[in-house]
Amino acid sequence: MEQLGFAGATIVAGVFGCVAWFWGSNWLLDTIYPPRGEHAGRNILRTNMIRPWLFLAPAVLCLAAYLVYPVFNSIWRSLHDAAGQNWVGLENFRWLVGDPKFRESIFNNLLWLLVVPALSTLFGLLAAQVTDRIRWGNLAKSLIFMPMAISFVGAGVIWKFIYDYRDASQDQIGLLNAINVFFGGEPQTWLTVPFWNSFFLMAVLIWIQTGFAMVILSAALRGIPEETIEAAIIDGANPWQLFFKIKVPQIWGTIAVVWTTITITVLKVFDIVFVMSNGQWGTQVLANLMYDWMFRGAPDYGRGSAIALVIMALVTPIMIWNIRNVRREMR
Amino acid sequence: MTNIAGTKARLVWAVNIAAFLLVLLWTIPTLGLLVSSFRDRDQISTSGWWRSAFSSESSGFERAGTAADQAFIDGLYVIEGDVTQEGQGLSAWGVTSKDPAAFAPGDLAELKDGQSLTVAADGHYRLTSPTEFTQTRGMRIFVTTLNPPSFTTDNYARVIGAEGLGQAFLNTFTVTIPATVIPILIAAFAAYALAWMEFPGRALLVAAVVGLLVVPLQLALIPLLKLHNDIGLGKGYMGIWLAHTGFGLPLAIYLLRNYMVGLPREIIESARVDGATEFQIFRRIILPLSFPALASFAIFQFLWVWNDLLVATVFLGNAPDQLVMTGVLRELLGSRGGDWEILAASAFISIAVPLLVFFSMQKFLVRGLLAGSVKGG
Repeated sequence: MEQLGFAGATIVAGVFGCVAWFWGSNWLLDTIYPPRGEHAGRNILRTNMIRPWLFLAPAVLCLAAYLVYPVFNSIWRSLHDAAGQNWVGLENFRWLVGDPKFRESIFNNLLWLLVVPALSTLFGLLAAQVTDRIRWGNLAKSLIFMPMAISFVGAGVIWKFIYDYRDASQDQIGLLNAINVFFGGEPQTWLTVPFWNSFFLMAVLIWIQTGFAMVILSAALRGIPEETIEAAIIDGANPWQLFFKIKVPQIWGTIAVVWTTITITVLKVFDIVFVMSNGQWGTQVLANLMYDWMFRGAPDYGRGSAIALVIMALVTPIMIWNIRNVRREMR
Repeated sequence: MTNIAGTKARLVWAVNIAAFLLVLLWTIPTLGLLVSSFRDRDQISTSGWWRSAFSSESSGFERAGTAADQAFIDGLYVIEGDVTQEGQGLSAWGVTSKDPAAFAPGDLAELKDGQSLTVAADGHYRLTSPTEFTQTRGMRIFVTTLNPPSFTTDNYARVIGAEGLGQAFLNTFTVTIPATVIPILIAAFAAYALAWMEFPGRALLVAAVVGLLVVPLQLALIPLLKLHNDIGLGKGYMGIWLAHTGFGLPLAIYLLRNYMVGLPREIIESARVDGATEFQIFRRIILPLSFPALASFAIFQFLWVWNDLLVATVFLGNAPDQLVMTGVLRELLGSRGGDWEILAASAFISIAVPLLVFFSMQKFLVRGLLAGSVKGG
């Protein structure tokens, strides 16, 4: 209870602090350079130069300390040894290339990158198209979108229950094994099946991300001009042609956005692997590998940072693409 | 083209069925755990949750009374009692573990020394003997019972008290609320400057914010932890609030700026002409008009902080009284991986609040998503 009071006090202090800063600094600026009197013109010009930075200062400081500084600090760490004492050059990266666990992680990450964005977008598109045409569409959308609110850990528990394994002599309580046994299969410990177990983990993320894809694609589908669809119908297009040849080509831009957004999520995927398999049985991914090196046993910050930088490098192309898009839009 | 009406009706059916299947696939995993969280341990481990609405059979044994319980009635020594609980029905019984379902309810079993046993369908048994009973341990009666569907809230009571989830719930709240409010404040001002003030370097800053949107936060963990230690913040709530503020800011600024840019220019310009200061414009005009965008970001940040595991593990520590709910859930998965009644109830307590927020504020969430991705792309 005490800590809730602490939290409440922090909110109040934070709100007051922010307001005091913005109000006070603006007031100070107007007092030093009053926008009236004999130097009014010069003063207004000056305040216009300074004021934006008063508004921006806390945010810029925060971003610099919590996102920009760590990037450079990580680069520095990746070139040093485990404790960050001695310069080792590219030794950590050389080690990475030769490490079998790292190769496994890269392979798995690429697999995730291929499968998860593709299937999430595909299911999202399907769900968007289908739910836009039925009377209970909003309800259906809500339910498909719902997993988005569930934490990766919660989703991990939910799906672990589905994959649960009991000996063949017992009743299966995991849905997947129950279905498997019903059709005459042998019960499996799904999360240890080599290679395919990664796909059982991916299912969790696809389940979460499909709703996101659906919401955005549904808005895009509704934004398609009616005329093009009417024209196609008059020309005798069947529903499939209408969908694949008329609608989909018009929302390529949105599909790309959905795809890249999910791609970024996939690159950072951690919690699902962490709680469901912890990278055992060949399911390791980069983010979890990094966590292992940084926080398990004897931490090696050099190697951990090197792995983090690999994730950063994989994200960079998308980052550049996003920035270029925004700059084009601003012009 | 011969049968347009027919194909249309069939298409409507196909679409409805497809939607139904999708919804089913997407809700069943959650439903399974929800149902399981209301079943007791034995039920969960003996039958699938999809059978919970039907009666289930279970078998085991009960011990009859001992010599101390006997009575002398009509020249026979008798021990009586019940082998089933209230509401259960008996479907078969037996006296050896080799054949635990040898007799039907109501049958009479002849035992050694002239003793006999009968068990009725309601679970009432009657053990008789011509000579006095001497056993100090009751004989085993094997029973196969039919259990009616039953649900319980015991699991919830148990995890909130004994498993430390109550404390974790409080911790999560403590982390989440300031970590949602503070970034909104900071971002709103920055977004206003980026949207409506002219100054050199503005385009560069917007580009930087977009770039920082995708920086993997894994990168930031160690440097920030060291930084917090160096400035004496250590592990604690202050640290995690600041960390979440930093990680949430790019999205906050980006969303809010996108929204504010779309506000009508005339309102702001006329306020400037009327002599309003920038601070007044921001507080009286921009902030109220931007409410939908503020709400969408608040929901995003709330869900993200509430559901986060990594940042909490790193910045808050792993002592039992510091764990947030995702942390507890993770510990339970490790230590009590097979106790589904505990896992299910814990998982539902941890996702109840996000689900509530989700269903009550879905409109803002969708709006925010659309502003963030469709426009930005």
